[in-house]
Formats: sequence, structure tokens, C-alpha cells
Amino acid sequence: MLEIKDLHASVEGKEILKGLNLNVKAGEIHAVMGPNGAGKSTLANIIAGKEEYEVTGGGILLDGEDIEELAAEERAHKGVFLSFQYPVEIPGVTVTNFMKTAINETRKAQGLEEMPAKDMLKKIREKSELLEIDRKFLSRSLNEGFSGGEKKRNEIFQMAMMEPKLAILDETDSGLDIDALRIVANGVNKLKGENNAIIVITHYQRLLDHIVPDYVHVLYDGKIVKSGSKELALELEEKGYDWIKEEINA
Amino acid sequence: MAYTEDDLKKELETKEYEYGFYTDIESETFPVGLNEDIVRAISKKKEEPEWMTEWRLEAFRIWEQMEEPEWANVHYEKPNFQNISYYSAPNKKPKYNSIDEVDPELLETFKKLGISLDEQKKLAGVAVDIVMDSVSVATTFKETLAEKGIIFCSISEAIQEHPELVKKHLGSIVPQKDNFYAALNSAVFSDGSFCYIPKGVRCPMELSTYFRINQAGTGQFERTLVIADEESYVSYLEGCTAPSRDENQLHAAVVELIALDNAEIKYSTVQNWYPGNAEGKGGVYNFVTKRGLCETNAKISWTQVETGSAVTWKYPSCVLKGDNAVGEFYSIAVTNNYQQADTGTKMIHLGKNTKSTIISKGISAGKSQNSYRGLVQINSRATNARNFSQCDSLLMGNECGAHTFPYIEAKNKTAQIEHEATTSKIGEDQIFYCNQRGIDTEKAIALIVNGFSKEVLNKLPMEFAVEAQKLLEISLEGSVG
Repeated sequence: MLEIKDLHASVEGKEILKGLNLNVKAGEIHAVMGPNGAGKSTLANIIAGKEEYEVTGGGILLDGEDIEELAAEERAHKGVFLSFQYPVEIPGVTVTNFMKTAINETRKAQGLEEMPAKDMLKKIREKSELLEIDRKFLSRSLNEGFSGGEKKRNEIFQMAMMEPKLAILDETDSGLDIDALRIVANGVNKLKGENNAIIVITHYQRLLDHIVPDYVHVLYDGKIVKSGSKELALELEEKGYDWIKEEINA
Repeated sequence: MAYTEDDLKKELETKEYEYGFYTDIESETFPVGLNEDIVRAISKKKEEPEWMTEWRLEAFRIWEQMEEPEWANVHYEKPNFQNISYYSAPNKKPKYNSIDEVDPELLETFKKLGISLDEQKKLAGVAVDIVMDSVSVATTFKETLAEKGIIFCSISEAIQEHPELVKKHLGSIVPQKDNFYAALNSAVFSDGSFCYIPKGVRCPMELSTYFRINQAGTGQFERTLVIADEESYVSYLEGCTAPSRDENQLHAAVVELIALDNAEIKYSTVQNWYPGNAEGKGGVYNFVTKRGLCETNAKISWTQVETGSAVTWKYPSCVLKGDNAVGEFYSIAVTNNYQQADTGTKMIHLGKNTKSTIISKGISAGKSQNSYRGLVQINSRATNARNFSQCDSLLMGNECGAHTFPYIEAKNKTAQIEHEATTSKIGEDQIFYCNQRGIDTEKAIALIVNGFSKEVLNKLPMEFAVEAQKLLEISLEGSVG
């Protein structure tokens, strides 16, 4: 589904990604781990199409199509979803209104009619139950005054609403207490299917106890330097990243 | 391809005024210039009684002695008042009994505006008194209103039919000598609306007036007088669009509201005068004086959505004369390109336990300048007066400006005054967040701006809120770089 080939990218002239390769197939969950500053969030933002990042080499293919020239919203229309590490506040715009706009704009781009209000309400009810979200929460302004945990839960709620083909969770576990982590992970697991894929970006193993990855990758200095099964995450948890750095520099 | 700043700039330049068209109806226009003879001629043309002519002349003589004010935070080339024609009326002045008798070209104009009389007639609950270049050409729903004793007509008609009411109240809130533009308006006002709600009557429908400037070089001087007698209620809507024009057009209206004991007036405005083109050429000068008087337990709410005009100078105000009177001001002012707005309110607390609320939302884009100017005055007799003010500014891009000039004068120790102000910028992060959810940049801006303006939009009557939202989107298209 997603093929990243020898990707080089920089921000304000500084090279962050230095020849990154990643292959994600439908039905798979991939975890990307790595120390601070390795380029994890850059990878997430580049796939989503953030403009400040300049791709200087290689490419990103989604279902075989090069998406590099597509604007962020066009990528979203093709089913790319990013759960933000730091979701922004939009005062005066309710969660419900935001989702309604997002879904209908996406449907419009796909040549579909707007979703009837009845279906929209049904979907909102269903997904908010899945993530154990109080309905009152949905009438609040988007992320305004939300706690760290509420923001992350709201991201996953949006993911559930948008039903993306490829979801990237950027440090979704940060700011979550143990109960919230369980709820969010449970939501993500329910959304996983044969036709979609998930990339989980995280520092810690603990999220991966709940969302079990098929593959674990270590991102270090702009490259994937090691890939393995879920056991690799445990090893990283135990030993830290230094042994990987040593392996590379040796 | 990603949407770049260049794309936005290009779009901004090619963005033309939506309602930029001109209706070719034969008009009877006075020669340019202003002197006592012109004032007399206007009055005669309108077949006014002598007291009215004298009132106008008095105003003219005051105006002649006055200087155009310069304290506002706006810069523009002052109009040459001797180079303006002060009267223009659609040629024949028929009284229509049915819509079929209305000039088809005029109907076409209304159609372009999306307010065809055909539609309006069917729109239950809205009576429209349409002012087309200074003269009322059609009034609907008059009979329904008449049953309740409500008078809703042009001010010219009111001068003829209800001279006692006009004579008593005209200029009682905004006297001729109030300010330069008010004096000018008093001397030469062409037409406008008049409304009287009798004691204890709740007006069953939203009263609305559409204004429109439609004659090259004709200043528009509207005069509105709304009187809500004791225990009555009225909601009044005023909306306007103007055709695209190269030269600057002067608009100096005066609106007076009178809310007697226990009465309530809601006055809502959606203003979309031509703002000039992307280079700042043309556009309407909007110098308006709006003021309301609240007697005991009375309430006046001003709600305005200002998206148009090259230069705006406007401070809808409340004089809270009676005890327990309430004044409210809810405003959204949008400026783009080279537009300049200096707008706000004055809340004058005279009575005991008077209360006022000010919510002002300024949105600036392009190279525009947007100023909030407000005065909260608590007089010595106004025990336990309360005011809450909130002024929020939203900036787009790096070339626009937002300014806040709040003045507070409290002469009574029991006064409680709160003022809050925020300034924010539409962030690239907010836009990207929306983009990532499939919402393009234009739509994202509209969403963010509507969210920012929500507290004020919510105060508008339903049919106006929709129109106002649309206007906000049109005014800001392509304005984030």
C-alpha cells in the first residue's frame, strides 16, 4: 500500500531523512521507534504532506501512485490520516462540526453526495461509544481546553470517523494515562482491517502491548537501521538505543 | 501541486466584488454641489412641510461651520462635498399595488442580489422596505403590520403621514449638530425607513430593509428612525450590497433608535458596500452615526457584520438613560486588501443598575487596518452599573493591522467594568491540521473565521446568519499567505 523508496527530505536546508525505505502492506501494523531527533515526526508529516518539508530525493507511493505532488488535503482524500502529536486548537468550531466538514469535503472530492445528517449522527454515536467519549465533549470547541489525554482520544475518534486507508499515529501514547491508553488502543484495534494499514510512531514499548505490531522499525539519523518483529520493541525497551548506535557506528 | 503563497496572491488579485454590476435605470439627478438652494430643492422635491425644510436648513448651516473629523485611525482622500450630487431618484415614482407593476430591470437587480421581490413575497415573516437609490419603491406586508398598529414605511412617507411622531423624535437622539456627517445627513437625507411599534405590541416578523447605492457619483444619505413604545418589541434587519464603481462613493447614514420603558429593539446589520479593488482603488466611504436611547428597563442590541466599504467609521451606541436599561453591541468587522475600519461602540450609563455588553471581533487580512474604538462611560448617578467588554482580533498574513482603543470613564465608585482583549493569528498549523482532514485551505479559513466569530453570528436572526457566514467567506477568499 505504502512504499517509501530512498527518501531524502530536509527542513530549512537541514537534511532530516537520509535515504529512508519502508514498505507497508494492507492489513499490517508497523511500529516506528527511535531516539529523539531521529526523524520520526518528520516522516509522519512528510507522508501527510506538510509543506515546510522538502523532499530532495526518492519518493512516496500510495497504491503505486506517486503522491509527492499532492496537497495535504488531496492525500487525505486518498485515505491518509495523521493522528497529530500536538493537535491544534480551533476555537468556536465544535468537534462535531469539524468532523462533518472533514467527512463531507472528502466525500465531495471523491464525487460522493454529502452524508445525510441521520447517517452522520448514527456514525458519531457509534464511534464515540467505541472510544468511550461523552457526547457533551463533541459540542466543545476542537481541542480548546482539552487535556492531553482528551486531545489524543479525540484524534483517534476522528480516525474512527474518517476510516482511513493508512493511519499514522504520531506519539499517540504520550499524555495518556493507563486507562485512556487501553481505550485508545482498543479503538485502534477495532479499526484495523484487511484493507487498511497503521503506522505507530512511539518512544515506548507500552503502547505496543496493546496495539501489537507486525513489524518494528528503528529509525536513527534519518534512516531505518533495523527492522524486526514485535520482540525488537521489547529489546529496545530493555536495552535502550545505544547498542543500535554502536552497531551502526562500528 | 501544493497551494502556494503565489497562488493565493494571484487569486486575491483576480477576486472581484461579487455584486459588481450596475443597473441602468433612468434617474433624475441633481447637479453637483451643496448650498441652501439644493437643500431647499431636496425638501421641495419630496413635498415636505415647511418645518422639515427649516430643520434641514438649520442642519446645513451648522454643517457649514463644522470641520471633517480626523481622529479616527483611517487615512483617505477627503471627499469634495461640492462635487457630489445630493439627490437621485428612480425616474417615475409610481406606487406599486402589485409586483407586476415594478420596473422589470429593477426586479432583475434584485434577482442578482438574491432578494427578488417574488421570493420575498413568499418568504413569510419578512416585510421588506427596499430603498433603491434614495426612494422607496416597494413595501410589502404592510397590511399585516397595520393590523397591529405598526407603522413601517419610508421616512418621506412618515414625514407626510405621521408628522407628529417624526417632529417629536427626529434628531432627538442624534441632533443635527452631533457631528460633521450627522449634520450633513440631516441637511440632505434622501430617504430611509421609519418604524413605530405601539405600546405593548410585539412585532410578529423581522423587519428588514435593503439599501443599495446605484447612481454614479450620488452620495447616499439614509435616515432611519425606529421607535419602540412602552412594553413593545421589534427586531430590525438592515443589509446592503453596492455595485462596483471606480470613484469613491460617500455614504453617511444616521440611525436613531428609541426604546421607551420596558421596550426592546434588536437592530442587526450586514454591511457589504463595495470595498474597492485589490489595489485599494474605489470603494465606499461609510461614515455612519447610529445611536439608541433606552428608557427604564429598556434594552437595545446592536449586531453588525461589517465586511465591505473602503473606509468605515461607525460606532453604534446606547444611551442607557433609564434605570435597569441594557445595551448590547455585537460586532464582526472584516477588512481585506486596503480596507480600513474604525468601528466600535459607546455605552453611556446614566441610570442605576444599567448593564452593557460589548463583544467585538475584528478580522484583518491583506494590507488592511482594523481598529476597535469603544467608550464605556459610567456617570455619577449610575449606581451599580456594569459593563463587560471583549475585543478579539484575528490576523491573516503579515501586512495587516489590528488596533484596540478602549476608553473607560467611571464617575461612580460602584461601577464594575471588565475588559478582555486577545489577538491571534491564523496559524499554518491550524491550516495544515484542517488540510490533513481533507479540508482545503479556503474552506479551512472559512471554518476558523466562523469559529472565531461564532459568539456574534449566534446573535443574528437565522436568515441573516446564513447570509453573514457566506459574506465572511467571500470577503476573505484567498487571503492567507
